[in-house]
Amino acid sequence: MSVKTLTIDGKMVTGVAGDSVFTVAHHADIDIPRLCHLGGLPDVGACRMCLVEVEGRPRLQAACMTEVTEGMVVRTDTEVLRKHRKLLMELLLAEGNHVCAVCVSNGHCELQDLAARLGVEHVRVAYQHPRRAVDLSHPRFGLDLNRCIACTRCVRTCDEVEGAHVWDMAGRGHTLHLVADLGEPWGASENCTQCGKCVQVCPTGALFTKGLGVGEMQKDRSFLKYIVYGRERHQWSR
Amino acid sequence: MNPDELHEKAQKETERQHTFRERLHCCTAAGCQSCGGEAVKKALGEAVKDGHLEQEVEVVGTGCLGLCSQGPLVRRQSDGALFSQVTPGDASPLLQADAPSLQSRRLDPTHPFFADQLRIVLENAGRVDPERVESYLAAGGYAALAVALATLKPGDVVAEVTAAGLRGRGGAGYPTGVKWQLVAKQPGDTKYVVCNADEGDPGAFMDRSVLEGDPHRVLEGMAIAGYAVGANHGYLYVRGEYALAISRLQTAIKQAEKEGLLGARVLDTSFRFQVEIRIGAGAFVCGEETALLNSIEGRRGEPRPRPPYPPEKGLWDKPTLINNVETFANIAPIITRGSAWFSSIGTARSKGTKVFAVAGKTALTGLVEVPMGTPVRTIVSRMAGGIAGGGKVKAIQTGGPSGGCIPERLLDVPVDYESLTAVGSMMGSGGLIVMDESTSMVDVARYFMEFCKDESCGKCVPCRTGTVQMHALLLKFTAGEATQADLDLLRELAELLRATSLCGLGQSAPNPMMTALTYFPNEFAARMKP
Repeated sequence: MSVKTLTIDGKMVTGVAGDSVFTVAHHADIDIPRLCHLGGLPDVGACRMCLVEVEGRPRLQAACMTEVTEGMVVRTDTEVLRKHRKLLMELLLAEGNHVCAVCVSNGHCELQDLAARLGVEHVRVAYQHPRRAVDLSHPRFGLDLNRCIACTRCVRTCDEVEGAHVWDMAGRGHTLHLVADLGEPWGASENCTQCGKCVQVCPTGALFTKGLGVGEMQKDRSFLKYIVYGRERHQWSR
Repeated sequence: MNPDELHEKAQKETERQHTFRERLHCCTAAGCQSCGGEAVKKALGEAVKDGHLEQEVEVVGTGCLGLCSQGPLVRRQSDGALFSQVTPGDASPLLQADAPSLQSRRLDPTHPFFADQLRIVLENAGRVDPERVESYLAAGGYAALAVALATLKPGDVVAEVTAAGLRGRGGAGYPTGVKWQLVAKQPGDTKYVVCNADEGDPGAFMDRSVLEGDPHRVLEGMAIAGYAVGANHGYLYVRGEYALAISRLQTAIKQAEKEGLLGARVLDTSFRFQVEIRIGAGAFVCGEETALLNSIEGRRGEPRPRPPYPPEKGLWDKPTLINNVETFANIAPIITRGSAWFSSIGTARSKGTKVFAVAGKTALTGLVEVPMGTPVRTIVSRMAGGIAGGGKVKAIQTGGPSGGCIPERLLDVPVDYESLTAVGSMMGSGGLIVMDESTSMVDVARYFMEFCKDESCGKCVPCRTGTVQMHALLLKFTAGEATQADLDLLRELAELLRATSLCGLGQSAPNPMMTALTYFPNEFAARMKP
């Protein structure tokens, strides 16, 4: 294992070859904004919130997908980055129907938290008010596409961790949306194991447990750590 | 087939062709087919049969003859006469030398549209029968592959391509030799060669014409590339809309395999190279190289972040060389005629030729291949004859939704990668759309933004949501209801998309709009509320 030493926001940090800038920063208590990244899942670099400046690279890099290199100099919180992140957040809020007051994740929502952290006080772009479906066909869980930000955490969790691959993305561009089993109602899915992992990893209130109130719908992702840890070390076999 | 047999076969075909007094080349590319080219070819065949001239006259279906707006086109080989807008009724007159009824439709070969061209990529288009490998062999086909396999080491091939100064014809202009070298030096036995034939820019049809008119040329280029970089497997990613190109490629691959020009022992050597076709399903973004790789793998056509670049980690995480159709079509002539010859054409940093699909309001539209460095004005005004009906050129658009608009006053810009980028556009794959004074640049900007909005894969936030917002703002301009705040927001969104989008589609989506805004600010101002 080769160790890489680099500078993030002026702080000297070390990481192992193959680690991402995000991971190394995280261990050094540098909290880079993110929505699609979740430790334990393969990264996709889709939300663009974790973009950072890397000296010597002309383009901004997604911290979650950029491997650390020796001597790398990274800046995670510059004026330009703050400006971009803020506008990205405004775009996300305008894209769906994010009404915190009636959302079960109010107060425990990553989108909401990040918007507050980025200082998004109002949205300058036009609200799209899309007409999106709500799928309550599943006996235990619900899907409200109005709150979905297409981060694909659920898709990756179901595929990579649970191994069921119920979720997938359909359509493209502004019609991109989450589907269960090639567009079936979630409740009709024969692949769904009802494990609820997708609900736990969802950053917003798009996936939720039925019957829970705002105070109860808190998501717990600790299971990911144990499953991924165990799998990496082959602590069980099939 | 070994090189001797290759030579023999080519010789035999040449002799066969010489037994005919006349050979009639009928364009059967998509452009001419759509206006009845196939019927003309059929009628000619019947006229030959009726006149019992089968031993004297051969009717050959060929690729694109260039002047697509005036098809169907037929060329007589004996005197080189080219006839436009041929109908099946013209079949018998065409067989006569003077063909009086066709004189008005006889095209002047000294017209700059033809005379100013330098055809390397398209040299066989319109001359060989794309459905017969023998025809390609007679035109010197697969000789470059034979030379490379027999006399050059893989490293020499890479060196030759590097020395030629060929740059990627897909638009970005990355030096081809450098890319080959990157793949060649990667360790491992499994590597891939991918040909990007997912030509999707509105108004662009260069690659389609090459594939339809000279499919073997592309296969030969891919095989040489495979030999050079150490790959045994090639994929041709063709957009699904190109049905004719796909069918001709399938025929070509079958023929090449049968003749031992592709397959387990290419030209009786130990080099193995197979080519498979992958058909796109109508997503523009799959022309982006990493999305294309995902699509070949059977995944959603979404781009992957780079680095790692495909030469390190491409198809199924193996080193992968991706070049565009036109790039591969340049390889065989570089090997046979040498890098010095190739690099003598063009400008200091852009070598060779570039094929443009001239479309829009010009008098003549079609395919032209010009040496790099040719001023855009020469193509638009001289070759394509300016605006039909004598209007005034307002602007041109190159590079499709990723490119930009160039105003008339800058048309002296030479065709090379750096110069076109310097004026805010890009070389792109070769679409060249000419607009006259009646075109509103605000509408042009809105059109291209709508295209990007609809073609965004939706994976990354800025492209998925930003194009929607920018399109809505541009709609306010076209409706004459925009405000200064809208303009400011438009600029801010443009900056965001350029800086933060995952792939080239989003990063370059603001380009047509921004160049229109730079060069025609008054048109935007005129659509704003006072």
